[in-house]
Amino acid sequence: MVDLSVKIGALELKNPVMVASGTFGYCTEYGDLIDISRLGAVVTKAITLHPREGNPLPRIWETACGILNSVGLENVGVEVFLKEKLPKIRSMATKLIVNVAGSEINEYVEVVRRIEGEGVDGIELNLSCPNVEKGGMTFGRDPQLTHQVVSEVREVTQLPLLVKLTPHAAAPEEIAQSAISAGCDGLTLINTFLGLAVDIETRRPRLGGGRGGLSGPAIKPLALHLVCEVARKVDVPVLGVGGISSGEDVIEFILCGATAVQIGTANFVNPETALNCLDFIRDYCKRKDIERITDLIGKVGV
Amino acid sequence: MSSIYHTLAKVLDNRKVGASFYLLVLQDSAIARNAKPGQFVHMRIGASCDPLLRRPFSLHWVEGDSFEILYQVVGRGTGLLSQVRRGEALDLLGPLGRGFDLKGVRSPLVVAGGLGIAPLLFLTQKFSGERPTVLIGGSTKEEILCEERVRALGAEVRIATEDGSSGTKGLVADLLATTLSSHRSVFACGPTGMLKEVAEICQRKGVSSQLSLEGRMGCGVGACLGCGVKSKAGGYKRVCSDGPVFHSSEIVL
Repeated sequence: MVDLSVKIGALELKNPVMVASGTFGYCTEYGDLIDISRLGAVVTKAITLHPREGNPLPRIWETACGILNSVGLENVGVEVFLKEKLPKIRSMATKLIVNVAGSEINEYVEVVRRIEGEGVDGIELNLSCPNVEKGGMTFGRDPQLTHQVVSEVREVTQLPLLVKLTPHAAAPEEIAQSAISAGCDGLTLINTFLGLAVDIETRRPRLGGGRGGLSGPAIKPLALHLVCEVARKVDVPVLGVGGISSGEDVIEFILCGATAVQIGTANFVNPETALNCLDFIRDYCKRKDIERITDLIGKVGV
Repeated sequence: MSSIYHTLAKVLDNRKVGASFYLLVLQDSAIARNAKPGQFVHMRIGASCDPLLRRPFSLHWVEGDSFEILYQVVGRGTGLLSQVRRGEALDLLGPLGRGFDLKGVRSPLVVAGGLGIAPLLFLTQKFSGERPTVLIGGSTKEEILCEERVRALGAEVRIATEDGSSGTKGLVADLLATTLSSHRSVFACGPTGMLKEVAEICQRKGVSSQLSLEGRMGCGVGACLGCGVKSKAGGYKRVCSDGPVFHSSEIVL
């Protein structure tokens, strides 16, 4: 019997396979297709203080082995989330992490304050959305702002607190250290990479929002490298995300220092990806005589 | 809400039916038996990560355990699909989306623009006892698809082509304006410009219209918020899960 359980601060997961924010809606949309209770945790779409309409269409453009998106944080806002969405997710018997976004520090604080005490299992601060003018990545590129937003949120919540980082910081490990010194319990690496696609007939960007965030298998080596670089320099758990599509990918991320992983774009391609990854890592551990998945964390020879 | 299935459907046929149009015949009982007109399947094409995303296709015809998809080769995904052979299997999610609302339909009139006939043949199947009127439009007669099959369902068919190579010369929306009389329910699918005109003509005559839309989709189940159409109530509705069929009163085209 392989022990797949992992801990992220006080957050105990039965296994390290989660789904990534923005690819799993409000966590019920895939309920007909997969047994969500088998997942280690689910992460919601980013929630803001007020409802957001999001960016103009088109919002998705397929690229070689990837997709560009510019959804722009469309969401129902924290009030509707708590009233209409959360009760449905709570019945799903898996850990629930709420991704929180904002245009200013107070917004993050206010959203987290309202979620506190509502029975969720953790918070993931989105300091890395590339598709909004204010907030998002602006915070996650600046060590001081990162420290400020994380410490102010930390003051209002006892919940396990993750910070999702952008690959576009000059020195990601510096941002990571800022978030840690402000009191976060874990780091999610990484959000999408900025990208662009152009329609040569109209000479306009393919996406209504102009540029977008690149995800999918195309970014996996980039994400893996950043996870590897940051994980060895920090003393909090790292959650690896970026192009993971198979159990082999999951093992790669764990070997490079990830305590848990998030499946994102691959959910669109095959909704069973996360469960297939779970089966694979269990078999891999058996085959390699590994008793605990945590024994593999960071065991890459680089 | 009805169930969504993830299945491997067997390819019974995949044949060219026009310059760039193909008819794919698939067998899968879960999808065939649960499908409603206007719903779609989300299809994985090939097993690699390029092309990465699934492609949505309307259900065109359903009979027993099999169903048909009418598609046009427009890019890499559909190009690869056109190479699929009988006996192979295709990975599908479906049936997805909200189909046509068939409650209280009286004297139906169906309007198809080009490939817009794709979901409307299945719809007309359901109306076969009611002698529906079906208007089919295209730029030339090569774009007039399924005329004989629609007639075989007992429908009264009228054709419009922009170049006059078949039926009335002109747009199918203009044909609608002159045809619409005692009909109480209009159903349409086609290019956005056409749908807009159909909605306006119906509104002027006080007839309700339902429009089947296309969307650039990611997940197909309402999770990624990638596809959308402007909602009359503000914000966006999801083409994949709130639609693809909308009452024209719900949306802004």
